[in-house]
Amino acid sequence: MALGAEATKLETITESCHSGERARLMAYFMNTPEDEQAMLAAIGVEQIESLFDSIPAELKLSRPLAIPEAMSEIELTAHMQQLAARNLAASNSLCFLGGGAYDHFVPAVVDSLASRGEFYTSYTPYQPEVSQGNLQAMFEYQTLICQLTGMDVSNASLYDGASATIEAVLMCRAVSRREKRVVVVGSLHPEYRQVLETYLVPLGCEVVVVEPSGETVDVPAVAAQLNAETACLVVQHPNFFGCLEDVSALSAACREQGVLVVQVFDPTSLGVLKRPADLGADVAVAEGQCLGNPLQFGGPYLGILACKESFMRRMPGRIAGQTVSGTDRRCWVLTLQTREQHIRRDKATSNVCTNQGLFALRASIYLALMGKQGMRELGESCLRKAHHAQRQLVAAGWERRSDAPFFKEFVVRDPSRQIAERIQAGIEQGVLVGVDLGRWWPELSDSLLIAVTEKRTRSDIDRLVDVLALKAVGV
Amino acid sequence: MRNRQATQLLFELSKPGRRAAVIPPSDVLTDEPLESLLPSEALATEELALPEVAEGDVVRHYTNLSTLNMSVDTHFYPLGSCTMKYNPKRNERLAGLGGVVDLHPYQPESTLQGMLRLLYELQGILAEISGLPAVSLQPAAGAHGELTALMAAAAYFAERGEKRTKVLTPDSAHGTNPASATMAGFQAITIRSAADGSVDLDDLASKLDDQVAVVMITNPNTLGLFDKGISEIAKRVHAVGGFVYLDGANMNAILGVTRPGDLGADMMHFNPHKTFSGPHGGGGPGAGPICVNEALGPYLPSPMVVREGDAYRLDYDRPRSIGRVRSFFGNVGVLVRAYCYILSHGPAGLRKVSEQAVLNANYLLARVKHILPVPHGDKCMHEFVASAERLKATRGITAMDIAKRLLDYGFHAPTVYFPLTVPEALMVEPTETESKETLDAFCEALFRITEEDADLVHSAPTTTAVRRPDELTAARKPIVKWNHSGG
Repeated sequence: MALGAEATKLETITESCHSGERARLMAYFMNTPEDEQAMLAAIGVEQIESLFDSIPAELKLSRPLAIPEAMSEIELTAHMQQLAARNLAASNSLCFLGGGAYDHFVPAVVDSLASRGEFYTSYTPYQPEVSQGNLQAMFEYQTLICQLTGMDVSNASLYDGASATIEAVLMCRAVSRREKRVVVVGSLHPEYRQVLETYLVPLGCEVVVVEPSGETVDVPAVAAQLNAETACLVVQHPNFFGCLEDVSALSAACREQGVLVVQVFDPTSLGVLKRPADLGADVAVAEGQCLGNPLQFGGPYLGILACKESFMRRMPGRIAGQTVSGTDRRCWVLTLQTREQHIRRDKATSNVCTNQGLFALRASIYLALMGKQGMRELGESCLRKAHHAQRQLVAAGWERRSDAPFFKEFVVRDPSRQIAERIQAGIEQGVLVGVDLGRWWPELSDSLLIAVTEKRTRSDIDRLVDVLALKAVGV
Repeated sequence: MRNRQATQLLFELSKPGRRAAVIPPSDVLTDEPLESLLPSEALATEELALPEVAEGDVVRHYTNLSTLNMSVDTHFYPLGSCTMKYNPKRNERLAGLGGVVDLHPYQPESTLQGMLRLLYELQGILAEISGLPAVSLQPAAGAHGELTALMAAAAYFAERGEKRTKVLTPDSAHGTNPASATMAGFQAITIRSAADGSVDLDDLASKLDDQVAVVMITNPNTLGLFDKGISEIAKRVHAVGGFVYLDGANMNAILGVTRPGDLGADMMHFNPHKTFSGPHGGGGPGAGPICVNEALGPYLPSPMVVREGDAYRLDYDRPRSIGRVRSFFGNVGVLVRAYCYILSHGPAGLRKVSEQAVLNANYLLARVKHILPVPHGDKCMHEFVASAERLKATRGITAMDIAKRLLDYGFHAPTVYFPLTVPEALMVEPTETESKETLDAFCEALFRITEEDADLVHSAPTTTAVRRPDELTAARKPIVKWNHSGG
């Protein structure tokens, strides 16, 4: 283990602090010494330590925790600024990284509204009378997701795209009563695939992966794996490589065997591409980070899950529903709670407790700001810019791995196989050039996955191409 | 002031042609038809049904909605088991620094050294606070942490060829415990609580055998009492080769006082959104980092942050790991706030968190127990469970009535009807960031409610935006999205 005693020394932080009594720095307590005395008297004990008498002495920690001494706000701010300065922020560079997390623009209104304390310091709306703001926002989120996907119902969100995908599969297993087998198109995000395996294999559920040929899967190869034992097919479209899969044809093949279809979609694509419902998906899941949420090194993000109405009572997670209050006034509550762990315990549809309320709120604000026009413009902008970048790179000597149509990201291959050097050259020039696919597929270690969002301009793309120009390395 | 605009839905504000965000036209491939870039059968054939509103609409709409919430920033929020403490503003600002929040998960490690160091240090800090050496920051919430730890235990036993099928959870446990056990492929078996909420050792003994993989304990338990039997429980579970899982929901009571690892627990999760002040966000995001013993360490999810000399990197070379339980690294934004919170307190400060949380809870308990009996003991840790059973019998006032009437007095309600083992339960957790004045005012409200006309209390709340919504109809005839025809 790399962790252990060595990890707890943390001299790196403590050296910036003076030792000694720093309790005066702790700003969040309320009770004065006089308050404490009055409270102890009311309780009937002499000292606070007596309140811990129920813990056997031999179980108590007889020393202070070996963690860094307290920092004042000034010191902590300086410390965090130093840590921040050792990172290259996407906001301080040109970011062409994708693979499920994207550098899309976040309008100021999103940050401004979501930073209202009434939203972010409240909790799950157990008391609907004093939570109508959150509940209505959840109900609107569910509606917006249905409008976006064309599906009948949405829950109030899950942890992230991967957790939404596994929850969708677990739901399909329960609905279909086919517990032993799921089929996955291999162009699915490799980390989502790993999550499916982590959850399903111990449950005795086989995860059959149909690898793509080139950058997309052959429909007949998938169809050959579908049978009456298969709960569902999981297909990502646009897939992990940015390319379009033929979900309609896959759905048709699934219908023949009674196999449900889980489509992992990209919310930013739907101003341009057909919606999951149009393609025959039974469940639509997505990573909602792209909808107004910051990158923040991978989380918290937003798991979107929407489905056909017939699955509503098997959905995981929170759901807000409309009702009336005593005065006949329209209002909202958490509903269909008998699915959930706090009531059904070991028979619940999922162990999920909270949703990602704040990030669902951000996504709602984002979608409200964008509207139908904005989403169309967003999709078109990403599409055009990604295609321009791909053409420029091909002109500069990079190669595509197939001619599959793609949306906002694409894979290009470096015939000179110097990916590490090119990534390093990018860092030196403040360009995050793309994701090295070798991290998942050794055979693709000559390839970059490059995403182009609406934030990138012609001159940004010129800089990318300049950094990646094949002559730039080793000359 | 009645603000009707707040309760209109976005979709009702929509007007064709109105808009807010505008994406500038692409400065490349401007004139190329979409059909030349993508096959026409893939292209959308109709507009999305999203609403059309102006920026001013959006701002007023959500600002007004926010005012319909109670929150920690605006109200005392003694929601038991949720640790609704103050969420420091400095954490928001620091977690929002560009070099912290604008990091892509697939950036090269050389561009992430500050973040990786922060996460590495947090791993070490959580190991120290828990007394358990191996840490995974990946799980996205407490329930997710439970599931991850149970999967790690399952992998541990599978590798040793041991067939263990059962997970034991107390009847007072949070519902996520048995639900996580089922999802991890175990049979969840309930163990009884004794009158004081502690695990019934006889019932445990009768269910403990070599089929048991894990026994899940919440300590302090859900009645807010420290279970003194923990060492004996751990001894017995270890004797049959099982592991003890400690649900860390109540860590706010024991920071720096005692450590789960020292109590005999083999694995646990933290709820940083509770214990370490990550804001609750209207119901998430949380995070659910887990700490486990040496034996279980190799099975934790991949990757972990490791240190090599002065450099930090992500270690994916973990051959015995269960794999991944989510995408990317974890709920880093929440973890950063936890790190800031811990560094703001230091060792003495964290201990003081628990001292003040326990002091506040005991003070409330001492003041209210004569009207709302606390069935299990007259001391507590960071929270206590009072019962309205007597009040219900004498005056017909239930726990729910009290909860609703408290809203009229400007206090969020305690958790009600949990744990299931106490009739008419009111679970009160004041946290350390409340003053004696606030606690006194809360007590005064409770005293007045118990003396108020019962009909008035039954009709509460009377001052909130809505009153006791019809939850039955909502569940029987679910309306879970807006549509044109109304609602």
